[in-house]
This record gives sequence, C-alpha cells and structure tokens, in this order.
Amino acid sequence: MSEHTPAERVPASTPITVGAPEVRAVEALPAETKISVQNLDFYYGDNHALRNINIDFPARRVTGMIGPSGCGKSTLLRTLNRMYDLYPGQRATGRAMLDGVNILDGGLDANTLRSRVGMVFQKPTPFPMSIYDNIAFGIRLHEKPSKSELDGRIEDSLRRVALWDEVKDRLKAGATEMSGGQQQRLCIARTIATKPEVILLDEPTSALDPISTARVEELLDELKGDFTIVIVTHNLQQAARCADQVAFFFMGELIEVAPADILFTRPRERRTQDYITGRFG
Amino acid sequence: MGAGAISGAGGDRAFSGATRLAALLVLVLMGGIIAVMAWGGRDAFATFGPHFLISNIWNPVTEKFGALAPIYGTLVTAILAMVFAVPFAFGIAVFLTEMAPKWLAQPLGIAIELLAAVPSIIFGMWGFFVIVPVMAQDIQPWLIHHLGHAPLIGAFFSGAPFGTGLFTGGLILAVMVTPFITAVMRDVFTAMPPVLKESAYGLGCTRWEVLSRIVLPYSRTAVVGGIMLGLGRALGETMAITFVIGNSTRITSPSLFAPGNTIASLVALEFPEASAGSLKLSALLALGLILMVISLITLSISRMLLRSRKTSR
Repeated sequence: MSEHTPAERVPASTPITVGAPEVRAVEALPAETKISVQNLDFYYGDNHALRNINIDFPARRVTGMIGPSGCGKSTLLRTLNRMYDLYPGQRATGRAMLDGVNILDGGLDANTLRSRVGMVFQKPTPFPMSIYDNIAFGIRLHEKPSKSELDGRIEDSLRRVALWDEVKDRLKAGATEMSGGQQQRLCIARTIATKPEVILLDEPTSALDPISTARVEELLDELKGDFTIVIVTHNLQQAARCADQVAFFFMGELIEVAPADILFTRPRERRTQDYITGRFG
Repeated sequence: MGAGAISGAGGDRAFSGATRLAALLVLVLMGGIIAVMAWGGRDAFATFGPHFLISNIWNPVTEKFGALAPIYGTLVTAILAMVFAVPFAFGIAVFLTEMAPKWLAQPLGIAIELLAAVPSIIFGMWGFFVIVPVMAQDIQPWLIHHLGHAPLIGAFFSGAPFGTGLFTGGLILAVMVTPFITAVMRDVFTAMPPVLKESAYGLGCTRWEVLSRIVLPYSRTAVVGGIMLGLGRALGETMAITFVIGNSTRITSPSLFAPGNTIASLVALEFPEASAGSLKLSALLALGLILMVISLITLSISRMLLRSRKTSR
C-alpha cells in the first residue's frame, strides 16, 4: 500500500474510482475539501471492514454513501467523528484530514472533534428530558450562553428544522412524547444548535414515514448552505434527490464516487451498475 | 406413582391446586410471622404504649424497655452503609459496563457476585479482627482530629476512638451490600440503549457528562430501586453488625464512633436471656415487629420504583 502525499491526491472536485484514479472533467463540484480520507483501513478486531479508502468530502455539499448492508459505509461515517473510539478492539489506520488536521492520530481530542462533526442516528434518539433541554443540553456542553441567548438559539434551531410551530407551546414537554418524525427533526435541531461544521447522518429517515422523510430531505437541502453533510442511506432515490456527490461501497471497498447524476446514469463500474439497477443488495 | 396416575384433566387440576397451595403458603407464613410477633409483643406495647418507640431506656433489671436506641442504631448504620456503598457501587458498575475491557470485566463481575455469597459471620470476624483495630488506631483518631471541632458536623466525629461503634458497623454493612447494589446498577446500565449514549458522545460529551446527565437520569428509578434493595438488607443484617457495633442499649452521644446497637443485633444478643412470658421477651418480639415493618416499607418502595421503571418505557 503506497502512501499518498497530498500533492498526488486527486482534487476534491474530481470524481474518482478506486484502483484506477482517472479524471473525468464532467460537472466538477466548485467547492473546497472539508474532509479528505486517505488510505483508510478499519478493523473490528480481526475483521478488516474497510480497505484502503480514499475519498474527499467537499465543503457545504451533500455526499451520499450507498451500498448493500455490511459494505462499510456506516463504519466510514463512524470513523469521521471517531465514534469507534468508544469500543475497544475497533481501530482505524490511514488518515482523515479535517481542514488539514488528521483526526485519526489523536491530535484532536474526541470531544472537540465531535463538537465540530455532529451526528444524527438511524433511530431518533431524544434524551429523556424536555424538548427545550434536549437542545440546551448540547449548547451548554461547549458554551455558557445567557438565558435569552439560549432561548434564541433554541428557537432558531427549531425553526430551521421546521419544528418551531409544532412545539413552541410545549417546549417543556418530554421529548419522548413527540412523534417519530418530530423526534428525528429534534435530533437534527439538537445537532445543528451546537454549530458543528460537518453533519453525519446514518440512515436518518429509515425509521420514518414518507411525509416525515420528505421533510427531512427538504431540510438537508436547506442545511447544506452552512454545513458539510455526509449521509448514509439505503434509499437510492433519496441519494439521487439529496446528494451532490454519491459514493458506492461494496464489501469494505469504495467502488466509485461521482456526482449524483453521473453515478446514477452513467456509472463507470459494473458493480455500481448492478447495484443501482437492483441486481443485488 | 406412575405417570398415568396424574395424566388428563384431573392431573392438571391437581397440579394447579398444588402450585396455588405453595403460593398461598407464602402468604400464610408471612401473616403468621407478623401475627406471632404482634401477639408476643402485646405486653410490651400495652405496658409502654407508643412511648416504647421513643424511650431511650433498656433496663432488664428494672424491666423498663424502650426501642429508641436500637431503632436509631439500625437507621444510622443502614444510612451510613448507603453513604459508603452507593458511590462505590456506582463506580464499580460504571467501570464494568463502560470502561473495563472484556477480559477484566467478566472476572471482576464474578468476583463481586461472589462477595455477595460470603457468609455474614465472616464479615463479622473480619470486621472485628481487621477493621476495628485500624479504626481505633488510625482512621477514627484522624477523623476526630480533623472533623471533631468542625461546626455542625463536629459532634458526629467526637468522643473516644473505640474502634467499634455505629461508624464501623455502617462500614461493614457497606461492604456487604455493595455487591447487591452493584449488580442492579450494572444491569440497568447495560440495558441503556447504546445509541442514546452515542448521541450524547456525538454532541461532544465526556464520559462523565454522558454518565451524569444521560445515563443516570435515564435509569434513575431503577438505580434508586437497587439502592433500596441494599438498604433492606442492611437494615436486617445481624451477625456481622453484632461483632463491631459495641452493643450499647442507650444512646449516650451523637457521635458516630459511640457504641450503639441495632434491632437485629440486640434481639440476637438478648434472646437467650429472656425467659418465657417475661416482659423482656415481649419487648424483643415487639422490636422484631418494628424491624419487619421498617423492612417491608423499604422493600415496597423499592418494588414500586422498579415497577414504575418498567411501565414508563
């Protein structure tokens, strides 16, 4: 496995395929790179779950990650905020550069990293406290805002996820009493309230009904003006609708990454073609 | 009896009757115990009235009996045990569920469960021969020196360092109930959905923040239930306490180092010397009833808390 130097790397805007990096000058994404993953390998104990991953996540764009279950896409997501650190036996080698700083070598402490790289999970995870406190919780971890500033930040983040009008009269009610779709939007509000730079979403709509799903998708479109978004999804239509760039993973390898319209219409790799046409997965 | 003899609907009915009988027997036993103690203690209650509960006298010679000292000793040692055991058990449970690598967590968990199986007489002897001298020579003099003159709490840490007494009793009890509280806490923390913890970590929480602000509030009632379970055991513990409590039947000072007594320990010590039909025997049985009532109240509270946790999910 050869070590890449940054100068050798393919620019962020360029779709690449692993194994045969090749420039395709179609619809280059005009954005700088927020996170650059280089030669990443990931292990669950002896299980080699990700193999030599190289991918750039452009700033203020949505990157969708697709692939059959167990292909490693969620693993990559959990590498980007070092969530795997919580579990002994899980480790990553290689580099993941966030604004040029390698987040994998421990130079950045995990709590600071996670305040910059927020995460939303497959199932809504409201904390067992009020709607207000759920959002205040994250803000208070890193800042000591005044009461009025805190109120403002909470209203602001609830408005951004289009939840304010639904809950403004019951902010003190328990968050677990909301519907699933509301809970998931609350979790997104909680994440953006702490002002992260990157938001990771792990199949955020797979437990939601179609209407709630549509609302979350609209939300992603609105949020990408401010955040770099990485979303893992099993729903190919969702990837096509929301993502600017789509990456296809298969059995621990990154098979292909390209702008969404290209990957879904003219994929370079046979395996990508087979997956998006439903031949497996 | 061959298998054929209890087959068919008749056998089924017989079996169901037998199980019902076994279940009812528990209730009968329980009611019987309470009734015997209430009946046996009627002389004491009749002689001393409600004054029995608050009188600080226990004098077999003049036949004046009051339960204040043993009730006080029972409650104080049990509360001390909780003060020592709860943070300790919490630390162990957190370490076992959140931090310890698997190769360490498993043997450690088993060791703690084994601690629960150590007979209380062993704790009593260990307390008397190991803890009491250490208490008398080092810990109590140090506490008296440093806290004895503090405002408000000073009185609790004054007096002579005998080594025995309420404080040492509470400490021994703490060691004995820690495994029980740890076991409940560990189960509760394990039942916590990992994704909830991960979302807190995902916001940038430290381990302590996740524990104190997410895990504990989430499992609050169950943790309290586990603590009450330990408290129930501490209240009724007899043998280990008898070795180290000092066995004084009067409250002579507010100091935690003063010798004291608990209900269970007093009954165990004085029962052989109480002749049938005496007022002393009646007073001991009345004490038994009081202990039973205290234990039942704590256990019911713990059951209620543990149940409300199940239904609230």
